[in-house]
Amino acid sequence: MNSVLKIILQRLALGLLTLFIVSIVIFTAVNMLPGDFAEAILGQGATPEAVASIRRDLGLDQHPIVRYFDWLSGALRGDLGNSFAQANFASFVGDDSGVRVSVAQQIAPRFANTMFLAGVTAAIAVPFAVMLGILAALYRNSVFDKVANISTLTSISSPEFFLAYVLILFLAVLNPVLPSLSNIYEGMGFGERLQKTMLPALTLTLVVTAHMMRMTRAAIINLLASPYIEMARLKGIKPMRVIIKHALPNALAPIINVVALNLAYLITGVVVVEVVFVYPGIGQLFVDSVKIRDIPVVQACCLIFAAAYILLNLTADILSILSNPRLRHPK
Amino acid sequence: MTRISRRGLLTTGAAAGVLAASGLPLRAQAKRGGRLRAALSGANTSDSWDGRTHSDLYMIASAQGTVFDSLTEIRADGSLVGELATDWEASADAKTWTFNLRQGVTFHNGKAFGADDVIASLQLHVADGAKSAAKPIIEAITEMKKITDHQVQFTLAGGNADFPYLLSDYHLLMYPAGQIEEAIAKGIGTGLYQVESFEPGVRMVATRVDNHYKGDEAGYFDSVEYIAVNDNTARMNALLTGQVDAINRIDFKTEALLKANPMVRIQEVTGNQQYTFPMLTNVAPFSDVNVRRALKFAINREEMVNKILLGHGRVGNDTPIGPANQYFAADMEQTSYDPDKAKFYLKEAGMTSLDIDLSASNAAFEGAVDAAQLYQASAKAAGININLVQEPADGYWSNVWLKKPFCACYWSGRATEDWMFSSAYEEGVPWNDTQWGREDSERFQDLLITARAELDSDKRREMYGEMQQILKDDGGVVLPMFANYVQAVSNKVVNPDTVGNLWQMDNARMAERWWMA
Repeated sequence: MNSVLKIILQRLALGLLTLFIVSIVIFTAVNMLPGDFAEAILGQGATPEAVASIRRDLGLDQHPIVRYFDWLSGALRGDLGNSFAQANFASFVGDDSGVRVSVAQQIAPRFANTMFLAGVTAAIAVPFAVMLGILAALYRNSVFDKVANISTLTSISSPEFFLAYVLILFLAVLNPVLPSLSNIYEGMGFGERLQKTMLPALTLTLVVTAHMMRMTRAAIINLLASPYIEMARLKGIKPMRVIIKHALPNALAPIINVVALNLAYLITGVVVVEVVFVYPGIGQLFVDSVKIRDIPVVQACCLIFAAAYILLNLTADILSILSNPRLRHPK
Repeated sequence: MTRISRRGLLTTGAAAGVLAASGLPLRAQAKRGGRLRAALSGANTSDSWDGRTHSDLYMIASAQGTVFDSLTEIRADGSLVGELATDWEASADAKTWTFNLRQGVTFHNGKAFGADDVIASLQLHVADGAKSAAKPIIEAITEMKKITDHQVQFTLAGGNADFPYLLSDYHLLMYPAGQIEEAIAKGIGTGLYQVESFEPGVRMVATRVDNHYKGDEAGYFDSVEYIAVNDNTARMNALLTGQVDAINRIDFKTEALLKANPMVRIQEVTGNQQYTFPMLTNVAPFSDVNVRRALKFAINREEMVNKILLGHGRVGNDTPIGPANQYFAADMEQTSYDPDKAKFYLKEAGMTSLDIDLSASNAAFEGAVDAAQLYQASAKAAGININLVQEPADGYWSNVWLKKPFCACYWSGRATEDWMFSSAYEEGVPWNDTQWGREDSERFQDLLITARAELDSDKRREMYGEMQQILKDDGGVVLPMFANYVQAVSNKVVNPDTVGNLWQMDNARMAERWWMA
């Protein structure tokens, strides 16, 4: 067990280093974009005085390196700063009176929404994909296997917004069973929330199923050729039981890996689906924030995305170690 | 979620259609109740209840259209009425204005409305370092004096006959004095509806105030819900699947689909929204009036309206005064595409051909790059070679507009002539995107100041007519088209016969003016 702990610590340290590098890359990238928050927010009304005044209020007139280290020292203390977007506009008079919305306050509800969508999708997609994979392995090369393969590959090859519109057409316009507008909000009952989240969740299910299903199928088929499966078959065990009892436990490691990767995608890659269904998740906030150059929010979103990848990968590795007795008890 | 059967929708929809066709005054049918759900664009995570920052439909509809009031209000037919002011009086030189305020009005938090609130709210726009687009309006006031609790006197630096109109500007909202910070944080106004929840860039819900001063003749819904939907397709889906009752800015390409649907109708009004190509008149070659004239004859306006607006607009005549203005010179001779005349003016300028850059991006207006390409093609026949410079949409307003000598731009227009001219055509104002000044036309700048203080309507009409003529002939802007406001509404909702054309969605006041069928 010590070795597992050691791996976790090692990986967490590496993860922190990755986050640090990500923050530098993002900060530089956002600074290289033309225009800044002051110009973006004032748009056509950007007079030089107004721009200068906003820059002064937000400290944008300082050198980027100074700003970066200011932000970093805050972040290390757990303070992700204040959102520019809500900053100086809550104040009474022109100057900044200090009434501000912190990045954490701004992101928290959106992140919760994103996690809800990811959760609903995972609850549908993971069992569905694994079941489909097992059945495809069991009836490999049959018509069922081929249909399952072709349809999942078709859905993963189509752009997300196209899948979304197809689902809207069939489930919202022609047969109005689900709403096409997923504008969930605080205080909404769980049932209604679930109903409103269903279409985006189904769209994402179509996007992530193929990957997980094919990995499950491949991993199981790979094992089916090994001698111990042969032995089990010779004992006369039913094919389904052979797969569930004997093959699946040994195929878990690669399946867990691909599931983790797809879960990370559900958190970080859902911008398009959020826009189509007007789902108030973190992806839309992220795009909005890039558009108005709200650097603190962009930074925080990127860190969350990066952390999601790092943690889910770490979880996947640990689970695959735990699922493999040879790794669990190294000699 | 309320569910309404398809049949039910069809019958109510048909009823509304019959009513409209019979020409009965729809107002008589207005009734209280229901919730208006609208999917609107122009929302952002940086939205707040601070009127100084409002610039797009979502917050204008939420603030001035629903939760807040101003001193005056422009009706759908373009007439000016008092909102929180009841009436007003000007001195003979239009410099001193006395406003009587409505009595017995309370804010949503119970505070009574009075003269102090007016003064504090207007002063917000000129506070140190304030970033208000309405700053020039308030800066022109030299003194704000409280006469009684319900009477305020404004003294202006120069006479301005349009002053009461200016006070209807959507930035100039009335906040409770002494509690403004709280009012901006929570949205406390005197409007027909009070905020129930507001999530910037996502959703706004407001419920009808009981015993409002506007009485039963306005604000028919029990509650309104504005959902932020910036994506065109998502807005249309939401309307077609019955999840919302109204959407703004429909995509012209899908108009046929909407028209085929019996449950929705399209609302279209022509206002002052204009798509323009401003030239800096202090930069060569645009400093030569003949070059400007050549460029005006080298653009095919009809083609622009047909191809860029797909017919949803009308041709412009190189003046920013549009059909929604009182003194719009509709009978002025229309400049039309004429390559020979363009060549003639080019020769007058001493040139046989002309090479210029035109900067454009779709940030200027939807289809600006296409419009620039059409311009390029039509100008070629006149010997004018336009080199199209595609600019990035990011930072377009800060890096291109007002800086590049010839670019694409849009204006939403203004309710009055003076307001429009003093925003963009008075010498030295910050948004003068053609650098139009005394050097170009002494007469224009003189007329601008004289007309502003003139209270006689006939004289003003004459002066504004002459100013439009000057701009059409000599001005620095090529203004090929006025773009309609096109929106779609479910037949579950009824609107009065006259729909406002100063802004989208009935001047953003659908919560006040519409009702459930």
